[in-house]
Parts: sequence; structure tokens; C-alpha cells
Amino acid sequence: MATGRIVKVAGPLVVAEGLTDAKMYEVVRVGKERLVGEVIVLDGDLASIQVYEETAGLGPGDPVEGTGEPLSVELGPGIISSIYDGIQRPLEAIQARWGAYIRRGVEAAALDRTKKWGFTPKVKKGDAVSAGDILGIVQETTLVEHRIMVPPGLAGTIEEIRAGEFTVEETIGILKDAQGKRHELKMMQRWPVRRARPYTEKLPSTELLTTGQRIVDTLFPLAKGGTACVPGPFGSGKTVIQHQLAKWADAQVIVFVGCGERGNEMTDVLMEFPELEDPKTGEPLMKRTVLIANTSNMPVAAREASVYTGITIAEYFRDMGYSVALMADSTSRWAEAMREISGRLEEMPGEEGYPAYLGSRIADFYARAGRVICLGSPRREGSLSAIGAVSPPGGDLSEPVTQNTLRLVKVFWGLDANLAYRRHFPAINWLTSYSLYNDDLIPYFEKHVGAEWNLLREEFMRLLQIEAELEEIVRLVGVEALSPSDRLKLEVARSIREDYLMQSAFDDVDTYSSLSKQLKMMQLIWRFYELGQRAIEQGVAIQKIIELPVRERIAKAKFIPENQFEQSFREIDRQIQGEFESLLAGGAYAARVH
Amino acid sequence: MQREYTSIAEISGPIMVVEGVSGVTFEELVEIELSGGEIRRGRVLEINRDRAVVQLFEAAQGLNLRQSRVRFLGKVMELGVSEDMLGRVFDGAGRPIDGGPPIIPEKRLPISGEPLNPYSRDYPNEFIQTGISVIDGLNTLVRGQKLPIFSGSGLPHNKLAAQVARQAKVLGTGEEFAVVFGAMGITFEEANFFITDLRKTGALERSVMFINLADDPVIERITTPRLVLTCAEYLAFERDLHVLVILTDITNYAEALREVSAARKEIPGRRGYPGYMYTDLSTIYERAGRIKGKKGSITQMPILTMPQDDKTHPIPDLTGYITEGQLFLSRELHRKGIYPPFDVLPCLSRLKDKGIGPGKTREDHAGVLNQLYAAYARGIDVREMAAILGEAALSKTDRLYWKFADEFERRFIQQGEYEDRTIIQTLTIGWELLSMLPRGELKRVRDEFIEKYLPKRAEEPVVA
Repeated sequence: MATGRIVKVAGPLVVAEGLTDAKMYEVVRVGKERLVGEVIVLDGDLASIQVYEETAGLGPGDPVEGTGEPLSVELGPGIISSIYDGIQRPLEAIQARWGAYIRRGVEAAALDRTKKWGFTPKVKKGDAVSAGDILGIVQETTLVEHRIMVPPGLAGTIEEIRAGEFTVEETIGILKDAQGKRHELKMMQRWPVRRARPYTEKLPSTELLTTGQRIVDTLFPLAKGGTACVPGPFGSGKTVIQHQLAKWADAQVIVFVGCGERGNEMTDVLMEFPELEDPKTGEPLMKRTVLIANTSNMPVAAREASVYTGITIAEYFRDMGYSVALMADSTSRWAEAMREISGRLEEMPGEEGYPAYLGSRIADFYARAGRVICLGSPRREGSLSAIGAVSPPGGDLSEPVTQNTLRLVKVFWGLDANLAYRRHFPAINWLTSYSLYNDDLIPYFEKHVGAEWNLLREEFMRLLQIEAELEEIVRLVGVEALSPSDRLKLEVARSIREDYLMQSAFDDVDTYSSLSKQLKMMQLIWRFYELGQRAIEQGVAIQKIIELPVRERIAKAKFIPENQFEQSFREIDRQIQGEFESLLAGGAYAARVH
Repeated sequence: MQREYTSIAEISGPIMVVEGVSGVTFEELVEIELSGGEIRRGRVLEINRDRAVVQLFEAAQGLNLRQSRVRFLGKVMELGVSEDMLGRVFDGAGRPIDGGPPIIPEKRLPISGEPLNPYSRDYPNEFIQTGISVIDGLNTLVRGQKLPIFSGSGLPHNKLAAQVARQAKVLGTGEEFAVVFGAMGITFEEANFFITDLRKTGALERSVMFINLADDPVIERITTPRLVLTCAEYLAFERDLHVLVILTDITNYAEALREVSAARKEIPGRRGYPGYMYTDLSTIYERAGRIKGKKGSITQMPILTMPQDDKTHPIPDLTGYITEGQLFLSRELHRKGIYPPFDVLPCLSRLKDKGIGPGKTREDHAGVLNQLYAAYARGIDVREMAAILGEAALSKTDRLYWKFADEFERRFIQQGEYEDRTIIQTLTIGWELLSMLPRGELKRVRDEFIEKYLPKRAEEPVVA
């Protein structure tokens, strides 16, 4: 490899000359400390390099060495439960060797080279295999069975396959290709992060990604393999929503990318996830989670790479036939990293200083999500759902990152600072948010929860819409001017907001609601509404209905644990009917308001 | 090896270009010797072949293209630290200004610090009692948190910060904080207020102050917070102290940053601030926290004045995205004569949930704070509605909420500058206020806590 010399250093950007056979996006080693960098512009004899580490101390004349390899991640057993930085260096190993601060030039292999994994073959000698075929399995954690696949681009006959304990670099078998060339099979493969991993066919997304978050599942659901964005000003709860989804979404593998955000948030995930139980299996959630942490004070170029590192790892698990969910918090910081590098390159800026290719980069990222038929046999389906937080400056959604994102994603959970101020969480605004999967998911809900789900969802949305209109009137002329029926609508809409949509992430019970609990909660509110309207028709005063004691029970239904819900649901339902019956029977026909 | 040059090609504002240099590295510390022997300092911002762009830390006044000598020192800027710094006052560049002797450093640390490995952080979860109800009760501060005050010019943020510095302690241990104070571009009166206040209460002994006044060189302000945090890191992680860092005013810092960026002719981001301001601010704010296995901690309380009270301005906006919450001050409450004039609704402490509850404060804390928030929000809505429709259009419940909002401001938010409330006192005031509302309205508190803590009254408020 040719060695070049630095001629210029400006922040994370280094320009070198003499790298004669450098390729675009090739990884290079910069300076005496061999910092990791990537070639991003080639111009004559000059190569511009973004450096993934702090560049202090570099100067003209320092060596730059090509590696011939593009920026790649290591894929194999050992990824799950790990925490990596933006270029897949394991932060745990770095702490063990270098202490609490991240020094420059540290090198640590992403996958532990010494750990042995129990490998069970699924193919036998003489089998013809091609790319993506499952060679065998490793039980990586109690939640994830790691399927070792034939790396893309390889096909042939199995000459030898071994069972037993191996490290990721030891040979587990020999494959002979059509030319008669023998390839050693290992559990680890490498893949360049900027290239999407191949699959056989993309499919439409028709299955729900259950999240246990009522406003998400009920009003704005996300399909497995779908894309969503969560834009909102600071303090509106983006991160809490991302964490909630990472905790409770029924994906088999979760990749959480903390991109340019707070260090303490990653620590929070690291400390909390091993304690939390997966609602289905009772195993710690950390056993299905991969964390990529490039916090705001870590080098900016590695922040740009972190999103690609994350999605490549997610694709790898998708290829095994899993449903994978990736959360990126926040894509705005990723875009800002691009802007910073672009500025240093003195490129002609697009809108608000962002590079003109911002839109296409964002599109490339979200396009890597989807539900697919995976490469290879046995035939299997995998999905990769991508959820990106967006941090618009000043909460202004017209800014370029939000706008470019909205063009691509199909679910928009718009966060509202005013809701957050009154501690209505999740602060997803029900009037501005949308999900384009609603129609695709109707059959799913019918089959798995019941046809009533879809009806109630529509009724709830309608009431919330009516409420917004009625609020306008109330603001002008006061609540007394409304008809009793409209006042009941207002009351029930409030109940939907406060008793149903509001959900506490910090309450042990309320933090997760199963679909069946969600449906029953909707039924209770709806029962109250229907009986209330009937009572009003029969002349019962609205105030009497508002004051019914059962309303407090409806309000607190969300705190009833799943295993007691069936029972309590029936009790509350009976109480609603009972109270309305006694209202009518008790001669509570108050003087009519009108 | 020292290399000395007299080849300054250009000086423009805080930026100096030196040509014909060799062996210069990025971020290297630079000394400029004026013809009279005076020394100024700077750092290398960009190096392109034999041309170094240097950012001055101090004023450019008196620099001369031919006579000034430029030396590249082969190291980054460092601060000599020692425990003797406690009780001392320094200028914005780290020189003693209290008439005391120079510090004999125990060690020298690079001022830019290194990023903390997220894996090595320990999660902040120890409740800090500040004695201020709005903070303790509603927006709880925990050790290792960064919680800024978003204020406006003319509001009493300095008084508030001084009160926090005076009163903050971790409940149970009674341990006090060492205060490291960084002033950037504030007036002599403001700086003097802090020094006098800390001296009066004896807190100066456990404080270190770095003061860059409004008439000190603007460009020094870029270094000041980094000196402050280097000193704080030393005290916290090598001397096991719990450190409270107060930085005022971040707005002046950001303006200095903009000045440098403009002088370099960089493509400006929003409102002329550089596109990398988020990253730059994060290298200050993210230096708060706790480290696994270390006893000390750094809690940050930066103060910034929002230009025209506009919270979408880039400085508060980017700050809010990095810090773990924010405390807003309200001009309206200040005019009403309420101290501390917290604009409660947009205030937030992201880490409060980890610092409250049984064993830390009290079991009912979370419920009370949510209920107070919800009730005050509704009270304010009602007050606004009444302004349009008149009081007659309000329902009886609404009127109770209105009254609640007024009382909340008068009794919960308002307190004396030297009033140090315990968390129990704060929660008791909270419950007293909640008892103004019908019990059925208290949806956010668990029934068992209502039974236990709600003051018993002869009768329920009547709602018709």
C-alpha cells in the first residue's frame, strides 16, 4: 500500500498527498497514532479524509497509510448485548484497557477473538449451498439464536463441516466453489457499511410491530419492516419514546443507535435494559439488544458513520430471518455531522448549509428498511423497521432534515411541546401525526385482535377531531353554550386523551399495554360514551353523567396489571351499566338545560 | 523543540495566519511574544502545508506583523491544577487575580478534555436538595446532571444560581458541594455579587472562580469554560469532591464562538452561529457526570440569557438538546414580584425520575409532581379563558383551578432568597395546594397516597 503525507488538517478533515492508489471510501490510517479515517474526496494527487478520532496533534508531513478496505463491520456471534462506538469499536473492551476516557488511536476488535461459541451445523458434507444459506446455529444469548450464513457472493459444495466450540476466526467448514477453489468457512464475516446487504425480494409490510404504547398501536401503528420518524423540539420526549420502543417493540433484535446525543442516555439504556424483562419470555431485554453509542462529544465523523454501522448490523440479523427494529436517535445529529464535513470540504451548500446530497443520503438510509425474503435457504422472511428521531431546530418542522425525512417515512409521530409542558406523555400530537400503514394493517387487527379494534379506532379519531372543533367554539363562547351531547363528546374526548392516550413510561404497569388490554380499555370508554348519549337522549342532565363515580375507575384502568385485567374489565363494565341504569331509574331527570 | 517565527502574514480579529512554518500540528498551543515582551496565547485552528491559521485566546491589540514572534509549543493548552485552587479567584485565562500567590500545579491537564466512554459513566440518581421547591419538588436535580437556567436579561438568574450554590446538598449525607464558577462576559457587579455572596456565607473556601468580565477580551471566553471544567474534573475525579459547576453566561460564550467563525469566513448556520455549535457546546456540557468507581461527581448549572426571551434562538435551542432538562425564568412572574420567577410549565428535569421516590425523597413524590403540573397547566388555561370570556363563563371546577394556579404561584413557586425548604416541606405545601381541588380530580396520584398524605378536611369542596 502506498503511504501518503498529510498536507492539511482542519478539524476532522485531513488532506493527504501521495496516496496514489487510494479508492473512494477506503479506510486509511492517519498519523503516527494510526487514527482511523475514510477517504471521501479524491482530487488529483490529493485525498480528503474524514478522521473518526480527535485530530489534535496531527500536522503536515505525518504519514497516511491506505488499507485497501472500505469501512466495514464485523458480523458474527458476540454482537448482541454489546455496546459499540460509531465505527464498531467495543466500548466495554476500551474501558477495560484504557480507562474511563476514550483515548486516541485505540484499537480493539469488534468481536471477541478468544471467546468460543458452540456451533451446531445445519448442513452436511456434499450439500450444495449458496449465499445466505444457513450453515448452522450458535445460541448467542437466551433470546437470540445466531444463524451462521454463507457470506454473500459465495456458493458451492460443502466439503467439510464441523460441530463444536469455535472462536469467530476458526474454520468451521470448507466450501468448494464451481471453479474448484476451496474457501474456509468462518463464523465471522465482514461487510462494508455503506452498501446495503442483498436479499431476494422485498415484500409489502402487513404485520404490526406491536409496541405496547397505546397511542402508537391504536392510532398510528408501525408495520414490521416499516419506517417512522419522531420529530419534536427538545423536552418533548423523543428519547423516552425511542427507549420505550426499544424496550417493548416485539422485534426479535433491537439495534439502538445513539447518534450525537447525551452520554447519560446511553448509560441509562446500559443499566436499565439488563434489568428489564422481555414481556414474552421473561428474559432480560439486553439479550436481544445491540447498542451503538456515539455521543455528542465524541468525534463528529464517527457520528456520521454510526448510523451506517447500526443499519448494517440490523440487516445482518434481518438476513437470518428475524424481525429487527432499529432506532436512530437522532438523525438530525447525523445530518449535522454531514454538514460539518461538507463545510470543511468547502462544498457548495444546499439549504441551511446542509450538503445538497442530504436528501439522497437520508433516502438511502430509510430504503434499507423493509420486509424481505432473505437470501438463501431455508426460505425465510426477515424485516427491518427503522425509526428515526429528528431534532428540528426551534421545533420548526420546515427545516431540511425533517422535510427530507417526511418524504420517505410512512409513519409520522409529531411531538408537541405544549403537550409535554402539561406532562401529557407520550406527547404525540393526535391531530398532526399519521400512519400510512393504517389501511394495510386492518386485516391484521381483524385477525389478531378483533374487528371491533378498527371500528373503535375510527370512532376515537373522530371524537378527537370533533373535540378540536368544539374547543374552538368553547374558547369563543364558553362551554355552557354547547349542547349536552357535545359536552359529553368533550368529556369523553378528554377521557380518551387522559385515560387512554396518556401513558406513563415510568409506571411499572402502565409502561406496556398488550393489544387485548388496549382493546378492552377502548371498549370501556366507548361503553360510557354510548350509554351517556342514550341517557342524554332520555333527558338526563349532563352534569350527572360527568359526575358518575365509575369514571374514576375508567381513568385508573390503565394501572391494572395485565393478569387481572379481564376480571376488572368485567367489573367496571358492569358498574358502568349499573350506574347508568340507576341514573335513568332514579328519576334523575333534571331540568333540561335548553 | 521550540520553533520561533516572525512570519505573521495576516491578523484579522481573533485570527492570525503564520506562513513558512514546519512541524506544526493541529490544536497546538501558540505563544506570541510582543515587541515589549508581553506574551499572548492562541491555538492552531487549521494547518495547510506551511500555513498555520491560529486562533488567539487573548486580544490582538499590539500584535505586529514583523516584530511579534510566534512560537509553537508542541503541546495543547493545559491548565496546572492543584487542590490549592479552592478558595481562589482567577481571570478567564487562568491567572490569579485575587492578589494571592501563583498556584504550584500538582499536575497539568489538557483543557479540552477527552470524551468520556459512555460505558464508564455511572447513571446520575442521587437527589440533590437545593431547598428551592420548584427544583426539588418538580424538576429535581441529581448529582452528575447538567441542568441549565434559561433566563432573560434583567431576570434574577444570578441570585438563583447563588442560592443553589449556597444550599445544595445531598439528602442524608449533608455533604456540601465544591463550587467551580465560570463567568464569561458578565459585568463587574454580577461577578462581585457572586464573590461577595459566597464569601459572606463561607462558601468561598470551597469555591474556585474563573472570571472573564464584559471588558475582558472576548476571545478569552472560549477558553474559560474549558478551564473551569478541567479544574472541576480534577477536583471531582482525582480529589473525590462533589462539584457544582456554574457557568454564566453561555450566550456570551456562543457569541465569541460566532466571532471566531465569522473571522474564518466559515459558512454560517442559523443566525450566523457556526454549524458546529451543537458539537462545540456538547464538549462543554457533556463534561458533567459521574464515573463508575469514582467518588466525586460534576453537576452543571449553566446560565444563559435568551436573546429577546426567544427559546427557539439557536443558543437555548441547541443547549436544550444537549442538557438534561432546563429551568425557565418568566418575565411575567418576575413583574408580579415572585421570586424565584420560574416559568414552571416548560421546565423539565430529565433525570428526576431516577432521583425521587422511596429511599430518595418520598414514595408520593412522582404522583404529586405530576398532579401539580397538570393542575397548574389547567389553572393557567382557565385564567386565559377567563380573560376572554369573563369569570361568569367558568364552571365551578374551573374556578377552583384558577384559584389553585394563583395559590401555587404564591405559595409553592414563591419563596425567600435565603429560605431553604426541605423536600418534605415542599411536598407538604404541594399536598396543601392539591387539597383545594375535588378529590376526584386527583387522577395522577395513587389512592393509597391520597389516603396517607392529603390533608383531611371537614368537607369536600362543593362542585355543582
